[in-house]
Amino acid sequence: MTLVTKFAARDLGPAARVAGFMTHLRDNGLRLGVGETGIALDALTHINAINPQDARRALKSVFTGCAEEAAQFDGLFNSFWMNGGRVKTRVTATATPSQSQNVHSSREASEEASSGTGDISAPDGGDGEVESDGEGKLIATEVTNLFKKDLRDLVRPEDIVEAEKIALRLGAALRDRRSRRRKAARKGDQIHFRKVMRQSLATGGEPFALPKRHRPDRTLRITAICDVSGSMTVYSRIFLAFLAGLMRADTRADAYLFHTRLVRITEALRDKDALRALARLSLLAEGFAGGSKIADSLNTFAGTYGRRFVDNRTVVMILSDGYDTESPDGISDALVRLKKRGCKIIWLNPLKGWDGYAPTAQAMAGALPHLDLFRAANTLGELAALETDLARL
Amino acid sequence: MTWTTLQTAMADQGYIASGDLAMALHLSLSLGRPLLLEGAAGVGKTEVARVLAAVQDTQLIRLQCYEGLDAAQAIYEWNYQRQLLAIRAASEDGETGKAVEARIFSDEFLLERPLLKAIRQDKAPVLLIDEIDRADEEFEAYLLEILSEFQVTIPEMGTITATTRPMVILTANGTRDLSDALRRRCLYAHVPYPDLETELCILVTRYPDITDRLCAQIVGFVQVVRKQELEKKPGIAEMLDFAAALMGLGVADLTDDPAVLQATLTTLLKTHTDRDAIPTEITQRLVGKAA
Repeated sequence: MTLVTKFAARDLGPAARVAGFMTHLRDNGLRLGVGETGIALDALTHINAINPQDARRALKSVFTGCAEEAAQFDGLFNSFWMNGGRVKTRVTATATPSQSQNVHSSREASEEASSGTGDISAPDGGDGEVESDGEGKLIATEVTNLFKKDLRDLVRPEDIVEAEKIALRLGAALRDRRSRRRKAARKGDQIHFRKVMRQSLATGGEPFALPKRHRPDRTLRITAICDVSGSMTVYSRIFLAFLAGLMRADTRADAYLFHTRLVRITEALRDKDALRALARLSLLAEGFAGGSKIADSLNTFAGTYGRRFVDNRTVVMILSDGYDTESPDGISDALVRLKKRGCKIIWLNPLKGWDGYAPTAQAMAGALPHLDLFRAANTLGELAALETDLARL
Repeated sequence: MTWTTLQTAMADQGYIASGDLAMALHLSLSLGRPLLLEGAAGVGKTEVARVLAAVQDTQLIRLQCYEGLDAAQAIYEWNYQRQLLAIRAASEDGETGKAVEARIFSDEFLLERPLLKAIRQDKAPVLLIDEIDRADEEFEAYLLEILSEFQVTIPEMGTITATTRPMVILTANGTRDLSDALRRRCLYAHVPYPDLETELCILVTRYPDITDRLCAQIVGFVQVVRKQELEKKPGIAEMLDFAAALMGLGVADLTDDPAVLQATLTTLLKTHTDRDAIPTEITQRLVGKAA
């Protein structure tokens, strides 16, 4: 198995092979630039490159950048350099680590491969959906409701105006008070010595004024993810109005819809004309009021948009009732992934307002430990009442 | 120096490094690139820097990151209070403005913080930037500049270029994702929990007078404890504390006294839920499994 790949005689030499290896890695999802090739070649001159183990370790430290990549790397290295040129047997990078019990692979799960994130036994889960990341994927599922629902029937412009006011207040309540960087301020709690020095120049070194500095509050960015599945239809009116208001009140906010898939609606909702915004939204929200795949959608979010738009100054607001048509196991994993980006997670569940509601829906139970705030909200008034809770966050 | 000699040199200092880690360190030294170490808390990331400094016989400069860390704490700050005093004193002595200015913006009044200190050493030090993921993104951006140019610009003094290039080690344990830009500047090594042989080796290196039987039991037990569903898995430091506790209590065999063993678990399990997750019965079962 440790047979080193024999390259064709017309091969252009080590540099070209390393470049070929780079292409192989990029094909498998590692993000590498041209610079890394140079570093890799440089690194190989510092070690005994004839020894495959040394070369593997050296290239690993150059080409990987996080734990997932490091786990994946050994398999990728072997498939390119170590198996007699059968480069095409690639470890597929998918997000399902579990190996199905009733599917057997002819390939033995070696230590590296089995610790990787790729599912080596089957190309997809067999539920008709190809398991790959990416946003605009085509899914064939029986729960997607293909009737277009006109959201203009659901949301009235007056609601949006009111929601806009509420969203403004909520945005103001959400301030990040953790900053320890200090900025010049009239009413600060510390003397700003740098400024004292500068200003005392004008008075011959005599510090007359004592400028102060304080910890600035920073605005948090709201990212709202709204569930518009069948079970949420009744509440969608409020939530969509709220999202529309939020988009208009806060230029940094971000909004998504999900039912069986995740759609970014930020651009659509930013439309200056509220009615036209809703019309555009209707086009996007195809499948509205069908089933919901919360775990899938949140996972997609964490893997795609979340990587770009969520940071430690973001509040992720999930508006959903927690009823998932799929298995809810993934939901806590997805929230953990999101949390790792340092954000705060708020879950607004319209059902929580009911008498005697307990978060027994499995999805909700799994999600609870990861939430910073779990509240009821099914009217605009209740959303407005969140202000004090958010201020305390 | 090859990576194997580095590995042996580190072992002499009491650090058992895996092949991947030793190679990454070796490359980092020979290519002059920063090395990013990632792994769970307590697997010995910080220790790598200390040992490397000892191996290289050089100074270790440490910058502990935290939320809100800014340039004044990481790079330099003027000693403003002393400057004010100097100005007052100078006016009494009748010193000219130019002379005062030159004096108060000189090295004498400059408070060096770790990053500036690291690039002004005669002998290249090891610079440890610990828990970089705790610092905020603004600081990360600033760090990128220093790590690529190795120079600091102080408006009053001019640009200070590195006399020697420090060997930079960054550690992270995944409280947040680091930016791709920072990852790309660095070589990378993931430090996992050690396997059985490595951990045995570590324990024997640290406590040479431990009996073989107890050593095998402790390491076997800690390895199975790590496989449990725990909030915080015990790291190497915890394992060493556990061994020290058992040796201090004169325990020769883990199966001897369940009550003592249960009490010493306080060195391994650091949260309330984890303590509750492993009651005496489970401990005994795990000891049986490990033996």
